[in-house]
Amino acid sequence: MRITRVLGGALLALGLAAGPAVADSPSPSASGDGSDGKAPTQAGTSFRTATEIEQGEQATASGSTGDYLYWSFPADTGQRPTVRATVKLPDTHGAQTWRLDVYDGLRRRQSCQYGADSRTTARGASSVELACVLRTVRGWSEPWANDPLPGTYYVRLTVADLGSADLGLPVSAEVRVDSKDIGGAAAVDGSLGKPLVPGIAVKSAAEKDGSKTAVLSSFGSDDGWSSGWWSDRWVWTAIGAALAALAGIGGYTLTRGSGRPSRVPPNA
Amino acid sequence: MIRRQRLAAGVCALLAALPAGIAFPAGAVADETEQDAPKVELVLDVSGSMRAKDIDGGSRMAAAKQAFNEVLDATPEEVRLGIRTLGANYRGNDSKEGCKDTEQLYPVGPLDRTEAKTAVATLSPTGWTPIGPALLKAADDLNGGTGTRRIVLISDGEDTCQPLDPCEVAREIAAKGIGLTIDTLGLVPDAKTRDQLSCIADATGGTYTSVRHKEELSDRVGQLVDRAADPVVTPVATQGTDRCENAPALKSGLYTDRVGFGQQRWYKVDVEPGQELRASASVADDRATAPGYGLLLRAVTAHGREIVRGEAAGTGRTDAVSTGLRYPKADSDDDNAPAETVCLQVTHAFAAAAGVKTTPGLPLELTVDVVDGPSGHHDVAAFGLGRGWWLLGTLVLAGFLAGLVWGWLSRWRVAVWRTN
Repeated sequence: MRITRVLGGALLALGLAAGPAVADSPSPSASGDGSDGKAPTQAGTSFRTATEIEQGEQATASGSTGDYLYWSFPADTGQRPTVRATVKLPDTHGAQTWRLDVYDGLRRRQSCQYGADSRTTARGASSVELACVLRTVRGWSEPWANDPLPGTYYVRLTVADLGSADLGLPVSAEVRVDSKDIGGAAAVDGSLGKPLVPGIAVKSAAEKDGSKTAVLSSFGSDDGWSSGWWSDRWVWTAIGAALAALAGIGGYTLTRGSGRPSRVPPNA
Repeated sequence: MIRRQRLAAGVCALLAALPAGIAFPAGAVADETEQDAPKVELVLDVSGSMRAKDIDGGSRMAAAKQAFNEVLDATPEEVRLGIRTLGANYRGNDSKEGCKDTEQLYPVGPLDRTEAKTAVATLSPTGWTPIGPALLKAADDLNGGTGTRRIVLISDGEDTCQPLDPCEVAREIAAKGIGLTIDTLGLVPDAKTRDQLSCIADATGGTYTSVRHKEELSDRVGQLVDRAADPVVTPVATQGTDRCENAPALKSGLYTDRVGFGQQRWYKVDVEPGQELRASASVADDRATAPGYGLLLRAVTAHGREIVRGEAAGTGRTDAVSTGLRYPKADSDDDNAPAETVCLQVTHAFAAAAGVKTTPGLPLELTVDVVDGPSGHHDVAAFGLGRGWWLLGTLVLAGFLAGLVWGWLSRWRVAVWRTN
């Protein structure tokens, strides 16, 4: 009986603690501090040459006003990535508009839920900060939909509008991607065969015959991606079942009362 | 007591496993490559105007020489570097002669630092600024091989050899060669120089930088040379057609083509049952165009029925517009089911600005991936699992009611049994 009580209590505690805790806990890949000194210090100039960064890494790059700076990062099911960029502008310049665009592994532009993805700076401003909170990455979606899917994401940072005298002036940029873990709340009915990593078909063929070539995107093809089998829904459902069983026992015990049933004659 | 401790430990372990169970992508590991060595040619303007002393108190030529020395020291081993000059030799006033004045100072090949530096040291500002012819020659110098090719053009004035527009030359070079990029640097540029150099850069997907200080020059040239050393996938040239029937058949890979204004391009891809076709297209904006633009990528069956499409549109300054699509073909019970031929159609809605040449077409980059489709196993939502306090409440209520009913039933049965 004591064991039952302990078990019940533990499960209840687990239910109370685990449910919201899981939903709110930050992604493990987002918790890295990125201060290991290996963060990229360059940016690519096209989808093909985009510099790969990890989530939680502070990537820097120097370039010229007018350059199109590209980075790519991996995002997995259940994550809601936030891309932040800071551009340090030259000492003297006119009004400029800077823009941050995020594209998915199919090079489709992804909308931002929140955040200023485009900002116009005043003449002579020293820096501009941009942010883009993407939608939650789903495990699967209809081919006709534009939902974010697990795979590679591209970040493009550029000046969208500028006075021609500002073209080519040196700027430096910082980019960081973090993500919030939405967990089982974002689970959908389905999963992709392979993550949306460009060139993944070529890469797996090359891995088979052992040759090594440059790849469009080197994020892991089979390793490291969520299989879609684990989610906090297992915990919720299991706790629900256990609590239901306990409640059932409770309800049953209530009807038993104590002593003999009243309808039973005393001499039976 | 021991049992309780174990249980607590188990609960802790379970709790710890929860966040850890959410897998995340593994580290990005850059693959080593077996590509040809990347080739870079530095094209330096040695025209008379390079004598001007306006870069940190020194002459432009001195700044360029110093930058070259620093860059030559820092050039990565694998890069094949060459140097070409323009306007270094002819002092006369005959534009015909002056515009032929471009010379390969150091051939593209394994770098001998001392030799290259000596060659650079001999330069003195002299003649005309034949940018167009120099770019053509530089493109020839870089011919051959499958590695990346990059021209870094350093100039302080606009081309003095009209009517050959260096901007159009650059576009034609880009249309001819695969993966050739021209980056330009303007030394204390005026408005005309800036426009011309940025036009050359845009035409090939390169970058334009304006330089006012010595260290900016060496930093930037060094950065561009380093960038050439990064391994990149070289696209395969293909030529789309105007109909699906005679379109080229593509396999997984990266392709490039040119799409003219108002033109459509068709390609074919075979997709087996149970496979998924992924295609994305980017059309680069390599010349002055009208502010609004768009791109349409359609997957169409051999009979002309549209399966799925990707669309993109935008306005304002851009380097490219891109979109993609995904088509998972359902698995078939028949093992010998034939592959389906899916036609891909690309059309763009760029409009060339007035007075801009419309040929060659805009560069198109097409990625095709044919991968295993969704294998039918679903994620947890499909197992009927739920989450949230409402689920918990419902289960508890249902359990409680079931317990009550069961209790009453059994009590009633006991009573009936007792009375009989």
